Amino acid sequence: DDKLLTEPLNHPDFFSVKELFTLKDLFDARVHLGHKKGCRHRFMEPYIFGCRLDQDIIDLDQTVQHLQLALNFTAHVAYRGGIILFVSRKRQFCHLIESTARACGEYAHTRYWQGGLLTNANVLFGPGVRLPDLLIFLSTLNNVFEPHVAIRDAAKMSIPTVGVVDTNCNPCLITYPIPGNDDSPAAMELYCKLFRMTIIRAKDKRRQSEAIEELQ
Amino acid sequence: LRLICTTTAVERKNVGASGPEKYTEAFIKKQIEEFNLGKRHLANMMGEDPETFTQEDVDRAIAYLFPSGLFDKQARPMMKHPTEIFPEQRKIQWGEDGRPFHFLFYTGKQSYYSLMHETYEKLLNVQKHQDQLIAPDLPLQKEKRNLAGSRWLTKIELEEMLLEKLSDDDYSRFIQLLQKLVALPCADIEEEYIRKFSKEVPVQLQKVAIDPLQYDERGVAFSTGEGKRKTAKATAVVYDNGSGKITVNGIDILHYFPVLQDREQLLFPFQFLGRIGKHDMVCTVSGGGRSVQAGAIRLASAKALRSFVTEKEVEFMRQAGLLTVDPRVKERKKPGQEGPRRKFTWKKR
Repeated sequence: DDKLLTEPLNHPDFFSVKELFTLKDLFDARVHLGHKKGCRHRFMEPYIFGCRLDQDIIDLDQTVQHLQLALNFTAHVAYRGGIILFVSRKRQFCHLIESTARACGEYAHTRYWQGGLLTNANVLFGPGVRLPDLLIFLSTLNNVFEPHVAIRDAAKMSIPTVGVVDTNCNPCLITYPIPGNDDSPAAMELYCKLFRMTIIRAKDKRRQSEAIEELQ
Repeated sequence: LRLICTTTAVERKNVGASGPEKYTEAFIKKQIEEFNLGKRHLANMMGEDPETFTQEDVDRAIAYLFPSGLFDKQARPMMKHPTEIFPEQRKIQWGEDGRPFHFLFYTGKQSYYSLMHETYEKLLNVQKHQDQLIAPDLPLQKEKRNLAGSRWLTKIELEEMLLEKLSDDDYSRFIQLLQKLVALPCADIEEEYIRKFSKEVPVQLQKVAIDPLQYDERGVAFSTGEGKRKTAKATAVVYDNGSGKITVNGIDILHYFPVLQDREQLLFPFQFLGRIGKHDMVCTVSGGGRSVQAGAIRLASAKALRSFVTEKEVEFMRQAGLLTVDPRVKERKKPGQEGPRRKFTWKKR
């Protein structure tokens, strides 16, 4: 059992996450497009490549690195049987994200976030609830263009976060930010596809390793 | 923070904080086993066959062995199946490893949001189907939904269906989504799904059936009517080709109702229709007092006259108030007052 858990940590890319996407895929899905110059957040300036006709362009080289780190981390979490919660407050993609979560066998929350969901979980759900081990934000802002409450709550409850940050978002409290577009349907479908493939791969690898262990 | 010196108040168990008592599945199972065993013991005690001992026999046996004079049936000793005694509770939503079963568990309202998710999926299906039909320019199906005869589920019915509390906003959002789904032209595909959330409304207008005329041995047409007022009940039989004779309980009205006002009440339906000298009436009446009996016979005769008269005149009679039952009854006396309304005399000192 110990060997199962320590074996993936010895390899830098145990789940071969780098093969899932290329820079060209990101460009075709319009991930590099940000918001206008006036909407730019101060802390997103390191991730921005430049500005063309007032529209910010995100540096896709950095995006590729961040995305690889984030996907690797989610794969490790899924391998160890952790609970993954997809969060987003964009109404257009709510159905897509919920279907992705269902397909992976993980959980989603794309609706109104009740106040003490993470911090007061024992009262809301019942004693002995298990909190999510990873929060994936497919859009960090809520419908009023403010940072989602779940970022602060996850930081309070020491839950790691992976989040797609657009040019108007605050990447501070997110453990694995992914600078990229969160508004176009093509980009969201790409992210959903990538997360779904990583989680399914990680779970399959876990089942294979357990089967091999049982045979021995 | 480590509490070095504590008080008894802090360590006392807060009884109210944990909510209503929760029963584990193991506990309920044990209770069911004990109940079945107890039922067999009881059958043995009563000298009956344990295999064919029904719940009614159990109730009878308990009432025999533990007689109680308490008025409230719920307070008497009872022996029922544990599922009837312990209220149904929501089972624990997660498995042994802690992972919840439903994928929307962390939202809080999992059944409501999964319902919204499903309905939205049906909407997308219908739109996709529509797009497929539009592309080769096929004609869209015309829907023939019965809009007048159906209504959506109420909020309480939906709460019962989902076993979850809903807010008014949630409910209205769900209804709006359903209406959006129904408004699309190709919604016939998902009609089965929509039917789960709609109910038939029974036809409200129920026209009172007027009895047809009956003919007795001499060939004279007659009809019967019943009426009541306060505590008096009356039946009237109105005959055609008469001379205006009215008999009450075998006695002529002049002798039965000495007061003019009562006789006027009896004649009012005939005077209203202009048929004073044309009908004979035989009535029976019981209960109540003088004027109440007159009112009851008036209603009975008006109901009987409906069969002789056109529909328009029936409508006139209804508007005149001849066919409505008078709802006024004697009001009860309240404690602290002398009568239904009269209070005791107020004394300043």
